[in-house]
Amino acid sequence: MEYCNCFESPWPADELLMKYQYISDFFIALAYFSIPLELIYFVKKSAVFPYRWVLVQFGAFIVLCGATHLINLWTFNMHTRTVAVVMTTAKVLTAAVSCATALMLVHIIPDLLSVKTRELFLKNKAAELDREMGLIRTQEETGRHVRMLTHEIRSTLDRHTILKTTLVELGRTLALEECALWMPSQTGLELNLSYTLHHIMPVGLSVPIQLPVINQVFNTSHAVKISPSSPVAWLRSSGNNMPGEVVAVRVPLLHLSNFQIHDWPELSTKRYALLVLTLPSNSARQWHVHELELVEVVADQVAVALSHAAILEESMKARDLLMKQNLALDVARREAETAVHARNDFLAVMNHEMRTPIHAIIALSSLLQETELSPEQRLMVETILKSSNLLATLINDVLDLSRLEDGSLQLEIGTFNLHSLFREVLNLIKPIAAVKKLYVTLILSPDLIEHAVGDEKRLMQVLLNVVGNAIKFTKEGGVTVSAFVTKSDSLRDPRAPDFFPAHSDNHFYLRVEVKDTGSGINPQEIPKLFMKFVQSQPLATKNPGGSGLGLAICKRFVNLMEGHIWIESDGPGRGSTVIFIVKLGIPARLNESKLPFLHKAPGNQIELNFSGLKVVVMDDNSVGRMVTKGLLVHLGCDVLAVSSAEECVRAVSNEHKVVFLDVSMAAVDSFEVAVRMREKFSKRSERPFIVALTGNTERMIKEKCRKVGMDGVILKPVSVDKMRRVLSDILEHGYLVESQ
Amino acid sequence: MEIGGEYLEILGSSILMTDYLEYSNALFREGLLDGQFIQLQMLRDDSNPDFVVEVVTLFFEDSQRILNELSKTLDEQNVDFKKIDANVHQLKGSSSSIGAQRVRNACIAFRSFCDAQDVESYGFCFFVLFPDQMCLRCLQQVKQEYLLVKNKLEALLRLEQQIVAAGGVVPTLNDVS
Repeated sequence: MEYCNCFESPWPADELLMKYQYISDFFIALAYFSIPLELIYFVKKSAVFPYRWVLVQFGAFIVLCGATHLINLWTFNMHTRTVAVVMTTAKVLTAAVSCATALMLVHIIPDLLSVKTRELFLKNKAAELDREMGLIRTQEETGRHVRMLTHEIRSTLDRHTILKTTLVELGRTLALEECALWMPSQTGLELNLSYTLHHIMPVGLSVPIQLPVINQVFNTSHAVKISPSSPVAWLRSSGNNMPGEVVAVRVPLLHLSNFQIHDWPELSTKRYALLVLTLPSNSARQWHVHELELVEVVADQVAVALSHAAILEESMKARDLLMKQNLALDVARREAETAVHARNDFLAVMNHEMRTPIHAIIALSSLLQETELSPEQRLMVETILKSSNLLATLINDVLDLSRLEDGSLQLEIGTFNLHSLFREVLNLIKPIAAVKKLYVTLILSPDLIEHAVGDEKRLMQVLLNVVGNAIKFTKEGGVTVSAFVTKSDSLRDPRAPDFFPAHSDNHFYLRVEVKDTGSGINPQEIPKLFMKFVQSQPLATKNPGGSGLGLAICKRFVNLMEGHIWIESDGPGRGSTVIFIVKLGIPARLNESKLPFLHKAPGNQIELNFSGLKVVVMDDNSVGRMVTKGLLVHLGCDVLAVSSAEECVRAVSNEHKVVFLDVSMAAVDSFEVAVRMREKFSKRSERPFIVALTGNTERMIKEKCRKVGMDGVILKPVSVDKMRRVLSDILEHGYLVESQ
Repeated sequence: MEIGGEYLEILGSSILMTDYLEYSNALFREGLLDGQFIQLQMLRDDSNPDFVVEVVTLFFEDSQRILNELSKTLDEQNVDFKKIDANVHQLKGSSSSIGAQRVRNACIAFRSFCDAQDVESYGFCFFVLFPDQMCLRCLQQVKQEYLLVKNKLEALLRLEQQIVAAGGVVPTLNDVS
């Protein structure tokens, strides 16, 4: 339909057609006006719309179109020029806007299309991500299961619990029908079914280890799908049942030696167990990759847990064994100690008990010898005497040797006169030698010092033994004893290369040689001589050689004295020489105050100062009083002993120089005595010194004594030396230099 | 024969002296006597040869008296612990003056039981015993030690007499303390 601006109508207007056009235009205009409204409404609603200005443009276009159609309504009939102008303006504008819009759409539509593709792309990506998420979740769940399984498995150190837990947890996690563990037998040639979960297979079954399927599984660290009909799966396929898939994985059985420090365990172990897992039959489930991974991880964990358990078992066993051994050792030690104690006690008792009667026998027999006897009787008495002497010696020797052997013998060191020791020994031997008509000579080297420090008694014993032996085995001639201080070169005995005597200023080495002209000794016999209980003489001789202990004891004593003893002999009939070297101390250079003298110390000059010194002793204990008095009397004092406080205070006069108060008395308060005495003697010069005697070491006592005005405190027990020192201190200084 | 007699005499007395030394050493080792006894021995000299015998005899008399007192006191209905304490203190004093170590230690133990008069402080082993029963046990212990040391000292003194009779000199003991 063409519009024209002319006034004439070409044909008579069809009223219906006109009407319809009119209505349509009206509706078009309406639609055109409402579209932008709708657009605006919906765009306002949406948050993001990138093309607002497009909307404006489009809106303008539509509005103008609508306006055009609206104005068209007026042009159906006669219209004025204004309407025509408006119409024209509207049309022109519409044309402009629509062209602009058309032009713009050229740019926009491709954009809009690409948005669409991007949207599609994003949707695809989202779907992919969803899938991956699902996978990750599955994996994470698997991981969680593994962790839980591991936790369960590793929470115990008991092997059986570990394995049982593994099977149970695996069965639960993977919903398995059956879970079985095959362990290698001791011989390594078979696999025995050790654990099952649901006991579908009987425990105790065994299959040879060399099956191909087993080898296949053992050769790889992955889980392997195996056929359900293989011997290790051992499923009874009953009829319709579709057996579930079976997977097997190896579990390495690691030993302690498999764990290197710097490497992780190479699977150099050859022992594997087999873990067989069966999915439920008729379930159409399949083994998924993540499930297989889970199984592999679990198998590894189980291996480690098992080895830990094995190690623990071994160490527990070792510890138990050690404990048992310890207990046994303890018992044995205590038994040994008891035995030693018992033996020592026995020996000590027997020693004394045996000696007393023997001494009685000896003494009485010797007395008997002095009386008038017939020759036979004399012979009998002599034999009795000889036998008893032998017995006494034997008892002594045995006691000494046993004490030497268990190391309980210690030298009793003291200062003694070396020269007189030799003389004494010879004096003892001379009578016997005289009877046998043998000479005894003593040669003491001029540089041998007179006094030495050592064990006098034992040295005498050694000397007596050696010289006695010499006399015993000599029939004619005699014995020469020579003693000298030895120099370093001659100290070394070629037969004792271990003997390296050390030199020091405080000691010297005494060398004694006892040479006899007797029967001599076969050089081969010499080593045996120093062993105990060995008789070197045939039993038929008249002089049986004693118990055989003598030389052994000598050797022990000489060794204790850090010395050495040996025998030299040129052969039978040529005599023999016993040589021994012992280490002795030099008294002048040793700290003498540590070594007590064996003989009484000569009286001290200080004693003279105390003679006649008047002192008072107060002690309510009669024994204590007597002892203290005796002590002071021994030191030369003139002692008045009192037993009560009244007596003391009454008796003390200014003639008394010192008063000794025993403060441990219960009934008497000695402190009061001190106070009263101070009151009695106002002048300091007249008052005697007051010394407290106490057995109590508490400092309180000392403090109290000082407070009361005492001049000193002595701790009981008091020795002679201590009392001497106390007296000299107090008389010299007027107080005790140190409270002793 | 005279030489023989002299020799035998020396031998005899030296045996006795060895015996004496060993016996007394044994007493020291077992703790029956301590260094105080040696001090007493050192006080024996020419002007006072019987000093040790006198002191030991006095000790025996005194201790016997004290032990009798203690037995009597413990027999009474109401035991006077203070009296017991005083007596034990006396005995402790005498035994330490003479060097009877074990008797002294037994007295110290006795006193510590007498001091505490409540049952709890005796320790769980003794809570079943009453104080006076425990004192009785202590007394038994003291008596035992006293009799032991009495026997030993008497034997020792007898040995000394024998040595002197055999013409020897009583050896002075080493101060082993």
